[in-house]
Amino acid sequence: MKRSKRIETLDNRPVNLDGYINEWPEMGFVAMKSPYDPTPSVKVQDGKIVELDGKKREDFDFIDQFIADYAINIERTEKSMSVPSLEIARMIVDIHVSRKEILELISGITPAKMAEVMNYLNVVELMMGMQKIRARRTPGNQAHITNLKDDPVQIAADAAEGALRGFAEEETTMGVARYAPLSAMALLIGSQVGRPGVLTQCSAEEATELELGIRGLTTYAETLSVYGTEKVFIDGDDTPYSKAFLNSAYASRGLKVRFTSGSGSEVLMGSSEKKSMLYLECRCLYVTKGAGSQGIQNGSVSCIGVAGAVPAGIREVMSENLVAALLGLECASSNDQSFSNSDMRRTARTMLQFFPGTDFIFSGYAAEPNYDNMFAGSNFDAEDFDDYNVMQRDMQVDGGLRPVTEEEVIRVRRKAGKAVQAVFRQLGLSPISDEQVEAVTYAHGSKDTLDRDVTADLMAAEDVLKRGITGVDVVKALAESGYEDVAMDVLNMLKQRVIGDYMQTAAILDREFHVLSGVNTPNDYMGPGTGYRVEGERWEEIKKIPHIINPQDI
Amino acid sequence: MQVSEELIKQITNAVLAQIGQQTKTDAALPSNEVPSMAGRDRINEKKSDYSGYPKAKKGTDPKEVVIGVGAAFQREIKNTICGIPLDEVLRNVKAGIEEEGMVSRVVKILDTSDVCFMALEAAKLSGSGIGIGIQSKGTTVIHQKDLYPLSNLELFPQAPLMTLDTYRKIGKNAAKYVKGEQVVPVPCTNDPMSRPKYQVKAALMHIAETEQLDPKVGSIEWEG
Repeated sequence: MKRSKRIETLDNRPVNLDGYINEWPEMGFVAMKSPYDPTPSVKVQDGKIVELDGKKREDFDFIDQFIADYAINIERTEKSMSVPSLEIARMIVDIHVSRKEILELISGITPAKMAEVMNYLNVVELMMGMQKIRARRTPGNQAHITNLKDDPVQIAADAAEGALRGFAEEETTMGVARYAPLSAMALLIGSQVGRPGVLTQCSAEEATELELGIRGLTTYAETLSVYGTEKVFIDGDDTPYSKAFLNSAYASRGLKVRFTSGSGSEVLMGSSEKKSMLYLECRCLYVTKGAGSQGIQNGSVSCIGVAGAVPAGIREVMSENLVAALLGLECASSNDQSFSNSDMRRTARTMLQFFPGTDFIFSGYAAEPNYDNMFAGSNFDAEDFDDYNVMQRDMQVDGGLRPVTEEEVIRVRRKAGKAVQAVFRQLGLSPISDEQVEAVTYAHGSKDTLDRDVTADLMAAEDVLKRGITGVDVVKALAESGYEDVAMDVLNMLKQRVIGDYMQTAAILDREFHVLSGVNTPNDYMGPGTGYRVEGERWEEIKKIPHIINPQDI
Repeated sequence: MQVSEELIKQITNAVLAQIGQQTKTDAALPSNEVPSMAGRDRINEKKSDYSGYPKAKKGTDPKEVVIGVGAAFQREIKNTICGIPLDEVLRNVKAGIEEEGMVSRVVKILDTSDVCFMALEAAKLSGSGIGIGIQSKGTTVIHQKDLYPLSNLELFPQAPLMTLDTYRKIGKNAAKYVKGEQVVPVPCTNDPMSRPKYQVKAALMHIAETEQLDPKVGSIEWEG
């Protein structure tokens, strides 16, 4: 066949490098609704749910049982279930019905009913719902802080710059898992140099992550994964009960925790039980609620290549974010994984969370170039900072970030590098040279930095664990090496563990360590003239992008 | 004439079958339309039977590294996600192990397709306690028998970026762990755009692997 030049041009566009697949419900490749999804139903007997979504109690798997026993408000379930799904969908977008009223009603509906409600909402209605139902009054943002070399100096510098740019939480992970203690420590120090009060975490194998948290080297945890089918849970050596137990382990030490889930994981694991991604994700979110977690990171997350490949997949992703909010959970709404080769497509996908605002619009914006992102790439990276800032300014939307000056960036990066250098020296860990700090200060990514002695670093990392080094040791090392200000801020982060207020839903801290959560600053949106508006100081800050024309220069 | 239910059913089926054939010939699919898989429960209709194979033994040789390959390895799936022949993958991992003076043994893991658990099972079967898990799509983990399942010595999560050289280095490093040397992990590679391009393919390959599992058989000696 002679080829059309038009079609050839289109074939070569980046969007056609992405993977797409037809709906295949038997294998779970279906977003909003599968013909095998159950019909919503509930039956209560003697204060116990004996039927859930068409299944009798004796046929429950452990997810059904956990949901029936812990995640549904049994007193009001029969009443809630009698309200037609269409009516609930309309209440969600009705500015005259309050968030509180909706959450009360929703507390009695089942996962299948929840999926049915979502199927009545188009993407604009989903955004409207999120604007109203999000837990915290002000939206927030979270960064990924990682690099290809697992270089702790770069982690500290990128954490400082990220904090300066407005991220309220920062998360790291490693290429080589054994680096974890050094990564966590560098992130903790760097974040406080950039802006006191930023929360940090280190995504690692669960037991390691818990240990780092208990020692005070991290200030929150996020990687408690839950799944929508029993088989995938079992494959991960877990149950809803074990996750609830792990959640309590963190809570007992005063650490903020959120769970992680996301559509497509069951498909990737080959165990979707023929159900739609939305229905399975609803089950995950009910498990999360039942386990007593204050929040969730969801929105397909690392499985976005699957959700993004099927029809209505991105509508489904926004639906699951809204379901989280409807269950009263803090929602860190993904956007944290590279999703498309097309700049248009990846931007469009993020706008669904950016416009209404979520508790964390990204649960990992790559605050480094994507080649350094060890979560295998985020949807936005350090090279998109100015685009993002301009979009906030264009739309008068608060995406959680702010423009910065080059002088500030260089200053905080150097200070973070120096502080980590001092702490490593003080604690007798692997040495950091002045040249290394200097290179990292001016670097964009790990291609611009000096190589570390990996063997020495790994020995030091092991040493941190063996010697039982804690957050308090980091405070001492900072104070003794002339960084009293950073020492105070890290100490203040550790104090949060004793106070415990930041364990409330959707909590973040301001630079004076005051908690802003869904409890003390709840979302009060009820239509025009209400709720959070971008104005005053924050609006002035957003306006100040670089590269503005000075009329006097003409 | 007596019309029985059975007859009506037969006629209906015959008519339906004919209609089905007609639509197939009349409305030939446009060249670019992918046929729907809806209604099908498997990728490969056939399931390989390994019940006659020797069960994998626990090794005693302290120089041994066990390589645990996926259920569909070299059978239903012959190439990794980026097209490297699995025969070559295995040859290179083994060569890497042997270059360091250690011994390799290959088993096929039939009770799990999760690469961490595969690698851990290989490690537990290995005389040295060091094992390598390789999924048919190419994802690889180096594991040690006394680590947490989801922990590891080295993990290579991005199968599309793997090369034969990486597989050789993985073999070498696994052998070095056996020798108790200070090992420099194989440098990480990262391509943020591999997810959009490969994740669906990864899901399909994983399904093809998972549907070949046979937990009753467990793990078997695969070659060597």
